[in-house]
Amino acid sequence: MSELRTPLTAWHEAQGAKMAPFAGWLMPIQYEGILAEHQHTRQHAGLFDICHMGEFRIQGAGADVALAAAVSHNLATLAPGKCRYGFLLNAQGGVLDDCIIYRFGPDDFMVVVNAACAASDYATLRERLPEAVQMSDISAETAKLDLQGPDAVDVLEKALGQNFHDLAYFAFRQTNWDGAPLLVSRTGYTGELGFELYLPAAKAEAFWKLLLTDARVKPVGLGARDTLRLEAGLPLYGHELDEKHSPAEAGMGRMLTSTADYVGKAGAQTVRQVLLPLRIEGRRAARNGDILALPGGEAVGAVTSGSFAPSLGCVIAFAWVDAAHADKTDFVVRAARAELAASRTELPFYTEGTARKKLS
Amino acid sequence: MSGNPDNLLYSNSHEWARIEGDVATVGITHFAQEALCDITYVELPQVGDSVAQHSEFGSIESVKAASDLLSPVDGEVIEVNSALENTPELCNSAPYADGWLIRVKLSGQPEGLMDAAAYEEFCATQSH
Repeated sequence: MSELRTPLTAWHEAQGAKMAPFAGWLMPIQYEGILAEHQHTRQHAGLFDICHMGEFRIQGAGADVALAAAVSHNLATLAPGKCRYGFLLNAQGGVLDDCIIYRFGPDDFMVVVNAACAASDYATLRERLPEAVQMSDISAETAKLDLQGPDAVDVLEKALGQNFHDLAYFAFRQTNWDGAPLLVSRTGYTGELGFELYLPAAKAEAFWKLLLTDARVKPVGLGARDTLRLEAGLPLYGHELDEKHSPAEAGMGRMLTSTADYVGKAGAQTVRQVLLPLRIEGRRAARNGDILALPGGEAVGAVTSGSFAPSLGCVIAFAWVDAAHADKTDFVVRAARAELAASRTELPFYTEGTARKKLS
Repeated sequence: MSGNPDNLLYSNSHEWARIEGDVATVGITHFAQEALCDITYVELPQVGDSVAQHSEFGSIESVKAASDLLSPVDGEVIEVNSALENTPELCNSAPYADGWLIRVKLSGQPEGLMDAAAYEEFCATQSH
């Protein structure tokens, strides 16, 4: 057992959370239960320890042009105070990671990446950026807490004594808490109104406890984080996104508006398979790796994620399907214990999410 | 917290049996439900089906995992807990009561099962 520990791992253990290794980190899977935590986030507010994710600061003369050539994000239209979702691609256009880029100034950025990919992302980006551009891995000293749910804005305003109703979706603000810098970003991974909060690791536990003093907030583990993101139709790296598939195959083609000549640009629009959202009949779940077939029996793809969807009361899944069959609506999933009927549906699976709600 | 009742017998695949005469009620243990997390689906046999000790008689799925159900006893299914069809979470909230799975008419008394004390010792050697 040599998993990495976040500034909150000891707190989770003391609470009796069920812990498990995730991407090299010892993380809380659940506290009181995945379904209860899922519902609480949809109805009130959930607080997530996301300190395992990686953060890089990239700055210095030429950072703008150099970063725009290294990632798929359209930085030309990204104003300071805004952040944007996009991809780090390999030369063929396959996805090395998905990441959010925050712009602080003309040549000043933060890149937030998945924990499992952080080390290789750092090496890839460092190699793609000229020496004159400074790049530092600030993951260890940066804590990331996600506050998500319809009550999140009121909770945060009460905790900080500041207005956040004016913070638009995918905008962020740098403020202070207890003498330390705090970055408040109106983003998240649940489909609900909420914030991703970045602050010094040394302040993480005190701020976590402060947010939990609000009766509307409960801690939520990675189990519910997965069901929430799946219902919201959001991809998980290693499942819906990987090196073998382009962003266009994952349904992200329209997002690729950058005019920069970035690495992987030509292949980013290649489509050999298509990511399909599926609704599964019955309560038995399709799981990652299950074969997707046509009702006649021909195998045409594979499931990437699947779960009982607590807010929908049915089973949903994502699956890769060969492009030639992407127009089909009816499939079967060869699950471990049964063949399941699956039909194509629309994204997001859960349509009542408050993530994009206008607050002002 | 385990709270494994003293009047049950336990298998090393984490099912329990309550023997009353020649009928056994069967369920999964607290340890099993905790390991599975939130249970979302239970597949049970039909009344009249035969079950054999250590053999699969159904399956159980949670948000995180799927697993076979292995019978702790030999016999014939005489009743299934139909409430689990729509409320499988009973296996989490009341594994020794309303979350029972099947009732079996025994074809012989089961052997090799553990009492509560032995089962608790066994669980201590297992990690979730």
